[in-house]
Amino acid sequence: MTLYPMDAPAQSPTRDLPRLMSAAPILSMTGINRRFGTVVALQDVSATVYPGEVLGIVGESGSGKSTLLRMMNLEDSPDSGDYRLAIPGSAGNLFDLDRYARRMLCARHIGIVYQNPHLGLLMENSSSGNVAERLLIAGERRFSVLRSRAREALDASEFPLERMDARPVELSGGMQQRVQLAKAIALEPALLLLDEPTTGLDVSVQALVLDTLKRLQRDRAITMVLVSHDLGVIRTMADRVMVMRKGRVVEEGLADQIFQDPQHPYTQALVHAKL
Amino acid sequence: MTALGELTRPWQAMSYGFLDPSAKRELRRAMLKAVAVPGCQIPYASREVPMARGWGTGGLQVTLTLVNPGSVVKVIDQGADDSVNAVSIRQFVEKVTGARGTWDTQEATILQSRHRIPEEMLREDQILVLQVPNPEPLRPVQPNMSVARQMHADADYGRLWLVLYEQIVRSGRIMQGASYPAMVNGRHVMTPSPIPRWDLPKLNMSRHLTLLSAGREKRIFAVPPFTRVEPLAFADIPFRVEDHASLVCHRSGVTGFFMNEIPQTGGDSRHELSDSHFGIKAIRRAEGEAVEIGATWYRNGAMT
Repeated sequence: MTLYPMDAPAQSPTRDLPRLMSAAPILSMTGINRRFGTVVALQDVSATVYPGEVLGIVGESGSGKSTLLRMMNLEDSPDSGDYRLAIPGSAGNLFDLDRYARRMLCARHIGIVYQNPHLGLLMENSSSGNVAERLLIAGERRFSVLRSRAREALDASEFPLERMDARPVELSGGMQQRVQLAKAIALEPALLLLDEPTTGLDVSVQALVLDTLKRLQRDRAITMVLVSHDLGVIRTMADRVMVMRKGRVVEEGLADQIFQDPQHPYTQALVHAKL
Repeated sequence: MTALGELTRPWQAMSYGFLDPSAKRELRRAMLKAVAVPGCQIPYASREVPMARGWGTGGLQVTLTLVNPGSVVKVIDQGADDSVNAVSIRQFVEKVTGARGTWDTQEATILQSRHRIPEEMLREDQILVLQVPNPEPLRPVQPNMSVARQMHADADYGRLWLVLYEQIVRSGRIMQGASYPAMVNGRHVMTPSPIPRWDLPKLNMSRHLTLLSAGREKRIFAVPPFTRVEPLAFADIPFRVEDHASLVCHRSGVTGFFMNEIPQTGGDSRHELSDSHFGIKAIRRAEGEAVEIGATWYRNGAMT
């Protein structure tokens, strides 16, 4: 029997949301509070990320989105709050871990791409060496394996392999972001954090980097948390969106829903302010 | 009533071994700690000695602390016993302690050295004191010393392998010549002072105690006898010493040891044994004298 488009059962969306939502969350943060002196950076923030999805976090400067991402990368501890990741060998609140356990967990299970490549890369080392560093932290001591896995990771992030031994200082901004991305995905992390990964790149390069990110997400089903103030980027990438303002989550929902039918006045203003 | 003078020691113009007793006690404590935790850098106060920092004050303080009137002291500077620095350190130690100086590795009980470990094997009753300019192996990858200390605590040494990775990628081989980092007892990475790679295998499971002391940086660390010292290397690219096995000493005719290269006016170069007294003994023996040469670490250019 030939199925005509009309007769075909309703196509599930490209990313199978019911399946995603029925799976146990890979990341759950609850009741995060953080103050810097008198400034409230985060107030009772909770976030949940399901396996294989992209969570976008939008908000104006100072809304706490980067602070939240730093918490997710265990670079900072909140005044109170609970953070769990569904990864093997991890139980309980990750904020209770000591420095060493945090570092090992971050190296093995969390990848991060910073807006500023100087934060994420060793500028005087080669690009392949930057990727190899991640593998070295995880204990790899075979040169040939380091070399081939660095090449694979750089290839996956669509970095031109003939330049794999160039130093990041010699590379363009878009290339530097690709090296950061290769470094982040080298150990196939459970969670990939992206802190404004395309801010500061010109629009065409931005589109290429986003393209790479999307393809990676599709091929490898990497769980991502994407922080950006650029609604266009969020709209392209995210499955679900969290809108933050003044350290609080003001609205949360599916990307389409947030963009088509924003409920909170701030979200409405944000969506309409988009040029 | 007791007079204060009865409770204190009689006044002396100078304390034995130049350093005051409290300085020596502090240094001994640091040495004991260093021996207890092989390869771990232990801080100490580093007193003034009549020599500029950077000229072996760390090694000298250790020597002055360990020495007694029965000691026999050998001082090596780049393999030579007769260079100005070696001679003046040895004379100073002889003068302030009454210990005897020597050139002979076999005879010495304390060997203070800069840049070389003697070719003749050291015994249980000998102590090797190495002068260290920069005790921190992580300095090239982490300029912040507080962070470097945390990295030591975490045994976070991946970045040191990254240095080797970069050298292989850029030059096709490991370029690190002297101060080659080594893992001690499977736990702490140390820099073995600027000895050539050739000398590094001599520290592995050796019979003697090695003390490494940096006077300017105020750090002391140790390789106790029979402790593993493993040079950092990749599993598939092993550690290699310098290619000196086939070089011939132009003065003694000896081959298979670490050589100094002496450039000639014609543009070529000759080689001579870097361990000067070992060379002297070889020449004497070749001339028919009954000279006793101890067993060497290397035989025919290969580590035994």
